[in-house]
Amino acid sequence: MSVEVIRPGLLTTVQDLGRFGYQRFGVVAGGVMDNWAQRLANAAVGNDEREATLEITMQGPVLRFGEPALVAVCGADLAPRIGSVPFPQGRPVLVRAGAVLEFRAGEQGCRAYLAIRGGFRVPVVMGSRSTYIRAALGGLEGRALKKGDRLPVDAYAPGWYPELDRALDEAKTPFAAPRWSVGFTAVPASARRVRVVAGPQWDLFSQETRELFLGTEFGISVNSDRMGYRLTGAMLKLRRPAEMISEAVTFGTVQVPPDGNPIILMADRQTTGGYPKIAQVAAVDLPRLAQARPLERFAFELVTLAEAQQAYLARERELAKIRESIDFQRRQ
Amino acid sequence: MAKATWRIAPQGDSCLMVEFGQKIDRETNLRARALAQYLVDHPLSGVVDVVPAFTSVAVHYRPEAFAEPAGTALPYERLAAHVEQVLQAGVERQAPEPRHVEIPVCYGGEFGPDLEEVARARKLAPDEVVAIHSQSPHIVYMLGFAPGFPYIAGLDERLAMPRRATPRLKIPLGTIAIAGGQSVVYTLETPGGWNLIGRTPLRVFTPETDPPCLLRPGDAVHFVPITLAQYKAQCDAGQDAAAERA
Repeated sequence: MSVEVIRPGLLTTVQDLGRFGYQRFGVVAGGVMDNWAQRLANAAVGNDEREATLEITMQGPVLRFGEPALVAVCGADLAPRIGSVPFPQGRPVLVRAGAVLEFRAGEQGCRAYLAIRGGFRVPVVMGSRSTYIRAALGGLEGRALKKGDRLPVDAYAPGWYPELDRALDEAKTPFAAPRWSVGFTAVPASARRVRVVAGPQWDLFSQETRELFLGTEFGISVNSDRMGYRLTGAMLKLRRPAEMISEAVTFGTVQVPPDGNPIILMADRQTTGGYPKIAQVAAVDLPRLAQARPLERFAFELVTLAEAQQAYLARERELAKIRESIDFQRRQ
Repeated sequence: MAKATWRIAPQGDSCLMVEFGQKIDRETNLRARALAQYLVDHPLSGVVDVVPAFTSVAVHYRPEAFAEPAGTALPYERLAAHVEQVLQAGVERQAPEPRHVEIPVCYGGEFGPDLEEVARARKLAPDEVVAIHSQSPHIVYMLGFAPGFPYIAGLDERLAMPRRATPRLKIPLGTIAIAGGQSVVYTLETPGGWNLIGRTPLRVFTPETDPPCLLRPGDAVHFVPITLAQYKAQCDAGQDAAAERA
């Protein structure tokens, strides 16, 4: 059983939560850019959060389901539809055999996630199915999807959500979906502050530079990708040139190269780096950044480590509640 | 030996750093590697990656795994207390015996376009550069930059070179390059500013094996000069072996 790629979209890759345990060998962790939207999508079809999904960037693919499939789409709104019928997002949707799901270029957000019950069954490489294009690792042959690809999936087994099985039998539409939704936009568009905690080299920057960092509205350069976001808006200068010894960096590290334009390291970051690190984005706000488009603007807000970790734990509790409520709904 | 010290600090909400010093040397690197090895051998639930570097170790973790039900101590504080306890017990002094790994290298020619320039700059004959490089005791300090990419210390001072003023756009796989006091082996075709002196027929990054790389932190590396004919023969043998595995 497989899902056929009729059109690949701008950049569509298989991603799970990342390739962990191998960073000490220099292997990039990678994985989804927006782990909130991706985990919601997995939760909506009753998957373990570690199952592989499709990460769909800016402009969507066209996919054909040869057999019935239970899928969910969360994250950016890329106006998905089946035929002339809008495809409901943020909830489990049981599609009929032969359904063609078409994404467009949306207005809201940057990355949509498509989860299918059982996950995409591409080979596991070093503990993960995530695609790392630069080294041609994981995913489907280590690359973005292209026309004619067939994504391996498990055959759909009815029973997880009996009401949808019945509804599809009775419905005239090409799919069946519940009325409820887990909410599919990761972040309200009005939220324009990205929380950070001070980075290891915060003290190497002058008071003035730190105020500039926190007081500037930065733009995301078009020269940004899954590896890093280059920011424009203010030049951050060190008090004196720092001789940095390379050490580990991570998702959300804000580093400052000699030209003074900060870079936020994203999912496909290298394992180590040698630039001074002024700040670290709070993990809870990484999904917000993942959904920002090139040229979008935002400002940083300094929080304490305690605030960042409490916000992180609150977010995890929220996800657990959403999972419980999905379970409650499907058993009705 | 000076009294051993370390500094534990957060790098954001999901990574803890242990720093052993501000200078790259064998002793400091050894301590970082020993701690990393201990944390890999004694895994903690919720720690997803342990990354040793020249003078530090990063511990990447999932904060929820270290959350207290009552919630008085932060996840970071609980992990930091554990790491502190491990260090107090002295694990950073238990360095494992190094593995010895031979890396055949075809020096100079099209594989090492900077060999002659290095020789000129250091007032040596190209053969002397090869002799010095292949007879020095090299040791892998860390992997980083790209999958399986080793930073190898122990370059003889007679070969100390700055990076090139203009980086090359594409450096082929297997290229051996030097800069500062170190050697590297390119494991991914990338741009780079190091001085290219040769190439190995060995595959240094092998995603189908576990671990996925030829070299690991702490390995003693011996570069062995080979001829172009030997290089080609070993490349062919490598391809045959890969074909057999496939």
